[in-house]
Amino acid sequence: MSFKFTEENLTLIDKARKKYPTALAAVMDTVYIAQEQNGYLSNEVMEEIANVLGIDKVNVLSVVTFYTMYHTKRMGKYHIQVCTNVSCMLRGAYEIWDKVKEKLGLENMEVSPDGKFSLEEVECMGACGYAPMIAVNEDYYENLTKEKVEEILESLK
Amino acid sequence: MVKISIMEKIVLPEILNLNQIEVYLANYGFESAKKAFSQTPDDIIDQVKKSGLRGRGGAAFSAGLKWSFMPKTTDKPKYLCINGDESEPGSFKDRQIFEDNPFQLIEGVIITSYAIGAKVAYLYIRGEYHKWIKLMQKAIDIAYERGYLGEKMKSTFGTEFYCDLYIHKGAGAYICGEESSLMNSIEGYRGYPRVKPPFPAQRGLWGCPTTINNVETITNVPQIISKGWEWFSKIGAPKHPGTLLYGISGHVNKPGVYEYPTGMLLTELIYNVAGGVPGNKKIKCVIPGGSSMPPLRGDRLEGVRMDAESLKEAGSAVGTAGIMVMDEDTNLLKVLIRIAHFYHHESCGQCTPCREGTGWMEKILHRILEGNGTSKDLDLLISVANNIEGNTICALGDAAAWPVKFMIERFRDEFETFVKKEVSLPVPNKVHSMRLTSLPLADLKK
Ligand SMILES: Cc1cc2nc3c(=O)[nH]c(=O)nc-3n(C[C@H](O)[C@H](O)[C@H](O)COP(=O)(O)O)c2cc1C
Ligand code: SF4
Ligand code: FES
Repeated sequence: MSFKFTEENLTLIDKARKKYPTALAAVMDTVYIAQEQNGYLSNEVMEEIANVLGIDKVNVLSVVTFYTMYHTKRMGKYHIQVCTNVSCMLRGAYEIWDKVKEKLGLENMEVSPDGKFSLEEVECMGACGYAPMIAVNEDYYENLTKEKVEEILESLK
Repeated sequence: MVKISIMEKIVLPEILNLNQIEVYLANYGFESAKKAFSQTPDDIIDQVKKSGLRGRGGAAFSAGLKWSFMPKTTDKPKYLCINGDESEPGSFKDRQIFEDNPFQLIEGVIITSYAIGAKVAYLYIRGEYHKWIKLMQKAIDIAYERGYLGEKMKSTFGTEFYCDLYIHKGAGAYICGEESSLMNSIEGYRGYPRVKPPFPAQRGLWGCPTTINNVETITNVPQIISKGWEWFSKIGAPKHPGTLLYGISGHVNKPGVYEYPTGMLLTELIYNVAGGVPGNKKIKCVIPGGSSMPPLRGDRLEGVRMDAESLKEAGSAVGTAGIMVMDEDTNLLKVLIRIAHFYHHESCGQCTPCREGTGWMEKILHRILEGNGTSKDLDLLISVANNIEGNTICALGDAAAWPVKFMIERFRDEFETFVKKEVSLPVPNKVHSMRLTSLPLADLKK
């Protein structure tokens, strides 16, 4: 199964490319665009990124494997991220973490069999003053309690 | 109770909807840039130098001095990077600027670019800040439309100078906040810090002269230009003037970001600004500038002020002014393990002391948590920390070493309660043959 960017995404990549004097610099933006389209970064996807930018595939791979927000396997439709770093921990993040684990029946970096949820214990998200917090895909939920977390998880269909 | 003086806010003025362009313009928006263009770049650098503005990203280095390192005569393009990676645990201030005052940041970028002669600026924002990246991009788009960025600037300001501003979205790596790692990340490489020298002003992005400043640092610039360096230099602590966005988190009643002058009493910030400690508990420990900075004892906070000099004297550093408060019931061993885990996870792995040392420290701390530590382990931790400090390419090594070293030194009394006094004899362990262990022999025979 070969991967091709949509026309729309090719335009976005072109726009990203114009921000920088080199094509290589557009790799992070392009990886994001690819991940958004395909859900995760397979070998074919990485090859196509290299093709489109005219860079070496090794460069794509080295970036993909360095940054934690790029995924080489399919994550859940709802990727739940729980911050357990100090400021959150002081305000009960580990209770939230345990609650989420129990509720989803998942351990760190696991995906539910139906593909609906995945779980990640994350480092400080820059929400320390509104702790504890979780993020669902791109959205932050702050000032949480165990009850609120339950509500949020239940609202995700 | 000490009364907090009412003062002007520089970075986050209390003006409703200031993040809307019309409101920003109605409040002298882009007037500073206009003023700046009527002066020479050297004049601008000089004023920022004299204002005493120091970096808000961690090291508190003079902004004007940093700009003056940019070569005047070069045929290479020059670049400005604005550091919004904001990944230091306990720091959550730059996002407030993206949200509430994006145009002042953009105006700061324009003035700084003009001063250092950069045609292109990259605003590096951590990838997790999707929402704030969108807000910032919207503000940048509006600035382009209105002719405050890009070629249209020429007619808006009636100058030859113009500059572009692009957002570079990070993807989850604390190390990319380190300036040379940030540049590698922008260039499309792994975020590995570079050996210094050469410094960014000599050889930065794509080998060209580059200046890197924190988001809050840059957001201060327009006000310095419009109200004058003398005005700015008189606010707060004389050697570290201006305001700080204090991010107060942990065990306080009203956590959040508060803008006040530098040099505020730490106790005033905790008790008056942030509403004190829940349940009126005592404070055991405060980390004053983000998790990399040496922790302070709760019983030694009296008189400690939040500026670079005072905090140095108190045995810590101002860092990002992210104040983490821990009450008397906090288990410092667990806090330290969490911090050690963070640095181990975020070490880029280039230098052996950092890559291995952060792992060892985490392991030893876990051994202590499991009840198998001895007093000697505490000394071992300090020794590992000392061997990391100063022996690495970038300051993440120091950032990993300091919390461990100073937490144990300053709270030795508490850490001694987690370990056995007597040194247990080394007996073979089922897994690692010669590891120090206190497993009962009976257990081994199973
Ligand atoms: C491991 C590490 C992480 C850092 N993270 C940040 C960051 O997230 N934001 C930031 O502005 N500076 C960060 N810094 C400091 C930068 O290297 C640099 O000193 C700063 O951006 C310069 O801007 P300033 O002079 O305006 O403070 C970090 C430094 C290190 C060693
Ligand atoms: S000190 Fe650590 S993070 Fe910095 S370059 Fe060395 S290994 Fe990487
Ligand atoms: S510690 Fe959780 S957001 Fe900073």
